[in-house]
Amino acid sequence: MSEKHLSSQFDAELSGISSRVLEMGGLVESQVAQAVYALAHFSGETATQVIKQESRVNQMEVEIDRDLSGIIARRQPTARDLRLLIAVSKAIANLERVGDEAARVARVVQRLLNAGMSTRMRLPVDDLQQESELAIAQLRKALDAFARLDVTRALEVLKQDNQIDQEFEGLLRKLITYMMEDPRTISSAIDLVFVAKAIERVGDHAKNLAESTIYIVKGTDVRHTPMDAVEDAVR
Amino acid sequence: MQADTPNLPAGEMSKLTVRSLNFYYGSFHALKNINLDIPEKKVTAFIGPSGCGKSTLLRIFNRMYELYPEQRAEGQILLDGEDLLNTKEDVSLIRAKIGMVFQKPTPFPMSIYDNIAFGVRLFETLSPSEMDDRVEWALRKAALWAEVKDKLQQSGSSLSGGQQQRLCIARGIAIKPEVLLLDEPCSALDPISTGKIEELIHELKSDYTVAIVTHNMQQAARVSDYTAYMYLGDLIEFGATSEIFMKPTRRETEDYITGRFG
Repeated sequence: MSEKHLSSQFDAELSGISSRVLEMGGLVESQVAQAVYALAHFSGETATQVIKQESRVNQMEVEIDRDLSGIIARRQPTARDLRLLIAVSKAIANLERVGDEAARVARVVQRLLNAGMSTRMRLPVDDLQQESELAIAQLRKALDAFARLDVTRALEVLKQDNQIDQEFEGLLRKLITYMMEDPRTISSAIDLVFVAKAIERVGDHAKNLAESTIYIVKGTDVRHTPMDAVEDAVR
Repeated sequence: MQADTPNLPAGEMSKLTVRSLNFYYGSFHALKNINLDIPEKKVTAFIGPSGCGKSTLLRIFNRMYELYPEQRAEGQILLDGEDLLNTKEDVSLIRAKIGMVFQKPTPFPMSIYDNIAFGVRLFETLSPSEMDDRVEWALRKAALWAEVKDKLQQSGSSLSGGQQQRLCIARGIAIKPEVLLLDEPCSALDPISTGKIEELIHELKSDYTVAIVTHNMQQAARVSDYTAYMYLGDLIEFGATSEIFMKPTRRETEDYITGRFG
């Protein structure tokens, strides 16, 4: 938004809350990256760190929500300002859940560590790498689009979401094969299914964030909308 | 004959239809080619910065401008298809159909009762008991009856500002107009009186077409079904209030309602 409000204090409040959202986004993005690292390297220390960060993310959600209510009560925002604040409210809920997914992955890592070396060696953890990288890239791109209010980038996020879904399905088939071949892996393989699902959910949250960005800029709610209609709205 | 109403959604009837309206204060071109449909039995709010022409437009609706010789209007304003600007009908009959309430309460210097009966007597001959009924009806409609029923013979100016304004609204509706014009009716009132008048506007639209000019954008958002944004004599945007305040189509409207104007 180029022009400023008559009230510079209002401008400061809006840009302040946007940057807090991005700060929260950066935090959960690194949480996901660390969780994936913890899994790839079976690092208990990193897993513990990820879980510790969860309370910080939760705290940020509560704080931003409080500021949000304050702005709405005092400023009676309209049009684009109102859409921004509604979108922020949804964005932080999505980001908080991304944090939850990262913590979920970290807890699986802790369980696998407790299960012992032999189980770990038999699991295809490397195959999760591709899905994770896609999900982290999507989250980063969605945050970037939100920061710049860039609908073209937001649209890219929406279009790429099904790649993650495909990775997830491929991984699922593979894990089923593992379980059929060696029933001793069943317990750990199920854990990995949850991890793969958690990462797939991160992609979904990135998608929701991208949809919010389009809503702020265009005023059109593109949730549950076929892709060609979304492209029309963005154009 | 019913005019086309391209500005209204299907299902809305145009009560006041403005076509190619231009208005001049002497050589100053105050309203520029306004085309607008004010829907029947709905509240339409006019917003815009000072000098945008919203009050001027409202005053043309009941030909208030004719009191001043150097002011002139060109174009058409159709009330149910009849052109108000070029009618042979008496101006006072038009004003009986299109009532107006002003920014500052303007009670007549007479009793509360007579403030309301005065206008009715100009247009109708009622028996004393019929007149009593009419006065009570108007005061009840204006949500003032309970506060004044025991002091109807006291002076209208003895009332508080908010009560005086409701008295003026009661006076306006007592002659049963079809359209009620409100020119910043709450700007001199406290929040409680304002709340009562807004509640009243909500009640009134089941019987009347209401047009309200207000500087208070939140008030426009609260009370109106449709909103018109005007700027420097132009009608910039007209649409459903929920759309105007959530997703206006014109950048100028967005800048104004979000407070980026200046």
